[in-house]
Amino acid sequence: MANDVSVLETVLRRDLFRRMLRIRAVEETIAERYAEQEMRCPIHLSIGQEAIAVGVCGALEPDDYIMSTHRGHAHYLAKGGDLRAMIAEIYGKATGCSSGKGGSMHLVDLEVNMMGCTPIVASSLPVAVGVAFASMMKRESRVTAVFFGEGATEEGVFAECLNFAALKRLPLVFVCENNLYSVYSPMDVRQPLARDRAALAQAHGIEARKGDGNDVEEVYRLTRDAVDRARQENGPTFIEFETYRWREHCGPNYDNDIGYRTEAEFRAWQERCPIERHKRRLVNESAILPEAVGEMLDAVRLEIEEAFKYAQTSPVPADDELETHLYAGVRPS
Amino acid sequence: MSRDITYAQALLEATDQCMAASPSVYVMGLGVTDPKGTFGTTLGLEQKFGSARVLDMPTSENGMTGIAIGSALLGMRPLMAHQRVDFALLALDQIINNAAKWHYMFGGQLSIPLVVRLIIGRGWGQGPQHSQSLQALFAHVPGLKVVMPTTPYDAKGLLISAIEDDNPVIFLEHRWLHNIFGAVPLEMYRVPIGKARTVRDGSDLTIVATSHMTLEALRAADVLAREGISAEVIDVRTLKPFDTEHLLESVGKTRRLIVADAAWRTGGFAGEIIAQVVESIDQLAARPRRLTLPDVPTPSTPALADHYYPRAVHIVNAARNLWDLPERSEAELGIVHEVPLDVPDRAFLGPF
Repeated sequence: MANDVSVLETVLRRDLFRRMLRIRAVEETIAERYAEQEMRCPIHLSIGQEAIAVGVCGALEPDDYIMSTHRGHAHYLAKGGDLRAMIAEIYGKATGCSSGKGGSMHLVDLEVNMMGCTPIVASSLPVAVGVAFASMMKRESRVTAVFFGEGATEEGVFAECLNFAALKRLPLVFVCENNLYSVYSPMDVRQPLARDRAALAQAHGIEARKGDGNDVEEVYRLTRDAVDRARQENGPTFIEFETYRWREHCGPNYDNDIGYRTEAEFRAWQERCPIERHKRRLVNESAILPEAVGEMLDAVRLEIEEAFKYAQTSPVPADDELETHLYAGVRPS
Repeated sequence: MSRDITYAQALLEATDQCMAASPSVYVMGLGVTDPKGTFGTTLGLEQKFGSARVLDMPTSENGMTGIAIGSALLGMRPLMAHQRVDFALLALDQIINNAAKWHYMFGGQLSIPLVVRLIIGRGWGQGPQHSQSLQALFAHVPGLKVVMPTTPYDAKGLLISAIEDDNPVIFLEHRWLHNIFGAVPLEMYRVPIGKARTVRDGSDLTIVATSHMTLEALRAADVLAREGISAEVIDVRTLKPFDTEHLLESVGKTRRLIVADAAWRTGGFAGEIIAQVVESIDQLAARPRRLTLPDVPTPSTPALADHYYPRAVHIVNAARNLWDLPERSEAELGIVHEVPLDVPDRAFLGPF
């Protein structure tokens, strides 16, 4: 089933836009309210990187699996994760998606096969490979997409994952979000200048692509192609998307003043805002009316307001929840 | 029907029966399909269940553990086997950060029914990186279960329980136990995780032992009996969750405690057992003692390794010390070694 994705349907293009807009609005609200100190856990915002989450998840079927990292809000929401449960989780409430025990770095929504996030760099990579492996063993015809930063490609387990995925021709898409920094450490202290991560994947016999991570349509097309390949049992694909995180590594603020990157670099990337770019394109091509954007934003803000209210009024876990969920019960055999 | 088989055969039989009972169970590990079959514990499984369910694997301990965890998220029940504990240290990120915590950190929505079989090497110059006994490290981590069966009966029953358990279980096997034999029922049965076992009744002293040290403790109890000291021997079997009740009941009766755990002393599980007793029992008749490895890596040469491992004579002398009796040599105690100390003692073959 070779899908022609060179021209995207208007409905899809609008939907990609709406999803990015929603994620941006959610995270900006988190950032605004973070100083209230009611969200008492580390947060890693994806502001500026929304196109990858939305483009990739847009190319997946609802039953397909994803896994993510500490910077997982966008992936969770793009896959269709429950917004109220996410905000409640960040607020440490019993109604959170992980009952308050995981926080922002451990989002999960099994209803949409968002299988989990972990914040140890590259740690969720092999787990996602295992999901793809089991999915293949069970002949589910589902694809797994795993998100990770370029820092993860410096971990040994990255090579282990490429090797096994290639060996078993797993239905898997490796989505590398290259935002140029591992916390504050730039690329040039971490990898040789000539390093081509896509070539690392190719050396393992894995198809590899590179794309503009701030162009949601390009992300969608490249991923769609990889997903089709995986579903047709043609094996895994590695895609590196270049992008940029606008705010600090961890927390709600901008940190261009502290000296590890320049304001000018940030401004240049801000010019490439994935949401503004996609909006301009849709408006110019009359695929969306400017008024409709305003209406979309109003609806999203209402939903977000409601989710925060839900989170803030939800109960905290009872004291005795401290020791629950240590072990799962033994299944009758 | 019960018959005498070896510990290794008991492990193979448990795996075979669990695989036959559930299509979700699969086995992976370096060499599980090779001609030696992980010391005979996986021999013939590939022929019977196919290479999709019995997988040799890339030399990627950490990655493959993560892959096992991921497969467990979709309902598979992976059994990983490492020929040495030491090799699995490459996988500690996946075992400790992911497997142990997954159920808790996602609010109980998913669990990781993973069994990691780890073999503790000893003797014939295994040396610093082929003989580590790291039960305390694993037992320290909430969310893991840690078992150390001593007998063929417990090996089979605990492995079946481990595979059927919905949680990650660290299954520690001492290499010197693989060839011991004992009565094992043919049918599937379960030895509950979390239960210690009194392997010998006594009234004057409780000797609590783990894994292979249980055999040394039994030999020590024989010697002590000749001296008129009645020692009760408890095989811990499960370190986590630990059977505190069983321990306290015995020491409450004997009021004397010796712990024998062939692992490092500092931060070791022997210290944990003593702590549990002194926190709960007043007026012990003597200060508790522990027999452990010294806090040094395992030397390869037998000339030094012979002084590394505690054995029956050390337990006996620790016990004599509780009654202020002088230490005795093995010759004086009638303990005979028919083979050098760097190979398994023939007296320990069984039946157990």
